[in-house]
Amino acid sequence: MAISEPVVVPQSGAADRLARTWAQPRGFWGWFQNVHHTAIGVRFMVTSFIFFLLGGVLAAMMRWQLVRPEHNAIGPDLYNQLFTVHGSTMIFLFAVPMMFQGFGVYVVPHMCGTRNIAFPRLNAFSYYIYVVGALLLWVGLFLKTGADAGWFAYVPLSGPEFTPGKRSDFWAQMITFTEVSALGVAICITTTILRYRAPGMTLNRMPILLWEKLVTSIMVIFAMPSVMVVSSMLLMDRTINTQFFNPSVGGDVLLYQHLFWFFGHPEVYIIFLPATAIVSTVVAVFARRHIFGYVPIVTSVVATGFLGFSVWVHHMFATGLPQMSASFFTAASLMIVIPTAVQFYCWMATIWHGRLQLKLPMLWIFGFFFVFLIGGLSGVMLASVPLDWQVHDTFFVVAHFHYVLIGGALFPMFGGMYFWIPKITGRMMNDRLGKIHFWLFFVGFNLTFFTMHFLGLHGMPRRVYTYTPEMRWGALNLLATIGVVFMTAGILVFIANFFQSKATGRFAGPNPWGAGSLEWATPSPPPHYNFLELPTVNGREALWEAEPNQPIVGGVREDIPEVLVTNTLDSEPEYRDELPGPSIWPFLTAIAVSIAFIWSIFSPWGIAYGAIPVVITLIGWLWPRGHSPSPRVPEPALEARWIR
Amino acid sequence: MRNRVSIAMTILLLLSITSCKREERQLRPDPNASQTLNTVQVSGLNPGANSISSPPPAGQYEESAYAVSQGKTLYNQYNCVGCHANGGGGIGPPLMDNNWIYGSEPGNVFATIMQGRPNGMPSFRNRIPEYQAWEIAAYVRSMSGLLPKDVAPSRSDQLYVKPAEQSMPYQAPAGVTGEPEEKK
Amino acid sequence: MIGFSRVPLLAAGVFASYPGDHSILHPAGPQASNIEWLYWVIFWIVFVVYVVVVLGFMRAGARTYTSADEMLPIMKDEAGDRRASWAVGSAITITVLTLFAVLVMSEITGKKVEGETSKNPVTIQVIGHQWWWEVIYPDPQADQTVTTANEIHVPVGKRVVILTNSADVIHSFWAPSINGKRDLLPGYSSAFWLQIDQPGVYHGQCAEFCGLQHAHMGFSIVAEREDAFSQWKAQQLKPAQDPTELVTVHGRDVFLTHACVMCHTIRGTDAGSRLGPDLTHIASRQMIAAETLPNTPGALAGWIVDPQRIKPGNRMSPNPLQPDDLQALITYLQTLK
Repeated sequence: MAISEPVVVPQSGAADRLARTWAQPRGFWGWFQNVHHTAIGVRFMVTSFIFFLLGGVLAAMMRWQLVRPEHNAIGPDLYNQLFTVHGSTMIFLFAVPMMFQGFGVYVVPHMCGTRNIAFPRLNAFSYYIYVVGALLLWVGLFLKTGADAGWFAYVPLSGPEFTPGKRSDFWAQMITFTEVSALGVAICITTTILRYRAPGMTLNRMPILLWEKLVTSIMVIFAMPSVMVVSSMLLMDRTINTQFFNPSVGGDVLLYQHLFWFFGHPEVYIIFLPATAIVSTVVAVFARRHIFGYVPIVTSVVATGFLGFSVWVHHMFATGLPQMSASFFTAASLMIVIPTAVQFYCWMATIWHGRLQLKLPMLWIFGFFFVFLIGGLSGVMLASVPLDWQVHDTFFVVAHFHYVLIGGALFPMFGGMYFWIPKITGRMMNDRLGKIHFWLFFVGFNLTFFTMHFLGLHGMPRRVYTYTPEMRWGALNLLATIGVVFMTAGILVFIANFFQSKATGRFAGPNPWGAGSLEWATPSPPPHYNFLELPTVNGREALWEAEPNQPIVGGVREDIPEVLVTNTLDSEPEYRDELPGPSIWPFLTAIAVSIAFIWSIFSPWGIAYGAIPVVITLIGWLWPRGHSPSPRVPEPALEARWIR
Repeated sequence: MRNRVSIAMTILLLLSITSCKREERQLRPDPNASQTLNTVQVSGLNPGANSISSPPPAGQYEESAYAVSQGKTLYNQYNCVGCHANGGGGIGPPLMDNNWIYGSEPGNVFATIMQGRPNGMPSFRNRIPEYQAWEIAAYVRSMSGLLPKDVAPSRSDQLYVKPAEQSMPYQAPAGVTGEPEEKK
Repeated sequence: MIGFSRVPLLAAGVFASYPGDHSILHPAGPQASNIEWLYWVIFWIVFVVYVVVVLGFMRAGARTYTSADEMLPIMKDEAGDRRASWAVGSAITITVLTLFAVLVMSEITGKKVEGETSKNPVTIQVIGHQWWWEVIYPDPQADQTVTTANEIHVPVGKRVVILTNSADVIHSFWAPSINGKRDLLPGYSSAFWLQIDQPGVYHGQCAEFCGLQHAHMGFSIVAEREDAFSQWKAQQLKPAQDPTELVTVHGRDVFLTHACVMCHTIRGTDAGSRLGPDLTHIASRQMIAAETLPNTPGALAGWIVDPQRIKPGNRMSPNPLQPDDLQALITYLQTLK
């Protein structure tokens, strides 16, 4: 089956008209008014990558402190801040913003075949809120107000008595900022996927990546409120003397753990599912065939989304739970392996009955297979309660979650980057440097984290800033620290590759990988109007099943930013909707909300007085803008000719 | 784009130099640092006259949330609550009001702890290290709202009958005449 | 960090017992043995799964690998897909059955580990503090209650129940060679059973991040024969012997007139504060400072004078004592066997 090039029937001046309509302002203030999803998506990806590097620096510092016993390089106070900020950065400021927000915001509208994401100003607002939250945490670290109670900040240690000052408050508000941001993007992505898909892209023909983003968004909507509640409860305990977690007057320290982990476990699936989306996409392209088992994979994704909410107590097995409860959550935690296993088998079958072209993105996917599987299987060990009683809160668990997070998210992320960066920048990345990056990172990662399994089995607990030589943990810690050197080298190679390719790489063209989804039907880099002609879809891989005369959507206006809204199930056109153009209000609202939230760290009046600028900016944002005037010529009737 | 990045970096660098006094944590006070107020100071004949000038150590304790929180812990652990309750007093006078019999400056409170006072306040010299006495003095001052709200301790995880010190209203210490003195 | 040469300590045989065994794979009692068994069973299962899946991916890649540079046309393999459906279906079935087997085995092991109870156990109350362990052997008769710190003695072969609690934040009691861990939660008390079958010293550590000195919050469990245990317990019940020599009398006076008396108890003297570890029988312990330093005069002196250098942030203040006072104090403490 040949891949057809996008059918472009150029109308005179259409490209110019569209470019004018969808143009985003330039200049310093123009940057803050941009509401196009490609710009916001790139910002999410770049910002979160910077925080990934910063978090990695902290990790390198920690490994340096642990390189030998009784090393006095870093004292306990700074070390506590290091591992707290490292964990918080990697989870809240890198993993979710990159995997879900960055990739999602950039790719989803393209894959749906539409011109912009739904609610573009909410999308922009989410980005600014995320940046403020990220800066809050890091400015705190530089000001010695770095959170220091662990990335999940159990009470009573993070509570008012045992963390004096504002450290936990900065952490709790960082949570609020990043979760508002994630919720905003989740709303945008859900609406785009359910309502903006190209005609012909029924739910049954939706790319797996869109299914994963949809499920992830819904998980975000259900999980984030839990952590916002618990971080607000912590903040209130600390600032206005509530007693939620005060055991002596009827509060409960385990309440914190339940509320936190009810979010915390879905959170890791919020990170992991977008990674499986990348894997499913890339495997199909580089096995040169449709993915095997579309329905089982989609079912697995949805099942993971549901089951992810039923396993949170496995983080609390050591607290002395009743046996019935422990058994239930062991069973649920083992059950959640099944959907992921189904996906693994389907990917293997795709390659087995396909034609493998082991290009750079696919190399990273193989790395994912080999690395994530170790993490998943050590997770099976952790799901078993008696074994968890031994290895919980040791370096065994540290090894496990780094294998699933780095193997399960970072490897697909790098694969996705090598896959989609040619689309974003228009240039191919250097193949040889990419392979060097892969091998350096693969070796370094395994060296660092495989040794940690043994450290955990030999009794080394987590979050210790030093250890005595008699514990005989020194040799393994030294090995683990050496791995950091390789990982750092690999990442430096990647950064060099990126900048060099951006300047002098081979031009990519619209579809360098011969892929099937709609984002490859645009030029690289895509213009702000995404598609010159809005496409329609015939099958699960739009470009692979497009007819030579694939119909396009007609009748959507080109002089105002308009998109086609389609039916949720069958994606039949319903109406046209005008999207807002560039606007400064998202940025101003983000500033107002930030002021209110940060003020509330220091005084409860912050919420009361801070609400005033928020209301003002929201009024500005929501001021009715009416519809653009109709053109003087009669409006074209909506036409979309497609073959079912 | 480059300008934005360099502005951000400059701000971060400046911040790292200034840091934040509230969050300073002196884990290992210099053993020789605070041998200052061990001599008995002579003052006027009425209590509280000629407030003892607080040498530099006091400021560092009053500005550090960690030090004040340590003071709160020590206040409970060294059984100050036995006579003074949680500030309401009992056998000893209340500490959360604006009536400071022996002066409200940190140095006054420190001297009271170290020297003892008539009618039952024991002397804790050589029993409590000086830096801990400074921490307790800072905490005692926070009981009447004399410390900034972000430094004063929040609620403890005990059964408490009064609001946390961060919520206590400011009460200007009453002078010898009973009138509130100017806010310092 | 205060440096101490290991040679004299080795000669003194102190290092021989620090740290005690602390590996999940070196069990010394039924609980840890059952868990170790479960570990190896699951390990071999997941090892086989890993090898099979990795080989599967490598075979899949090898049999269809092409090194063509440009992207090849899209292909279909309907016959292959039909065979693959069967294979994937079987793989899923095997996966489900394997997971079920893991579930069953872990339930069985869990019941075995939790089921090691007894009607007549040795009862020990462990209260976690920042950053030391208060250990109490409760008794209906108040004067038969033993209070000590950081070093737990148990008789070999008998069931022991640990009643957990915490005085401040969440800690976690974990001796890897003995059993899994149990969190010490403020406001909760739980019963945690263990039994040690081989005499020896076993090292444990706090396993829930609890603040600045979480890394240095260790404890040890000494498992000894029944008669040695009773002897130890009887000795611990005795109050501190009165010092007789001039230097030890002076040492006790130093203790009672300096900051020590504000936090520590020595039964038999006026010192009765419960903020820090009970020192009535400090000289009977192998290690001090929660398994951080050996119990030798040099280490003790360094710890007393400047504990913040060794465990920065812990609750003990520096004590700049005069050399004579310090020497006398150390000598006195060393008589508290």
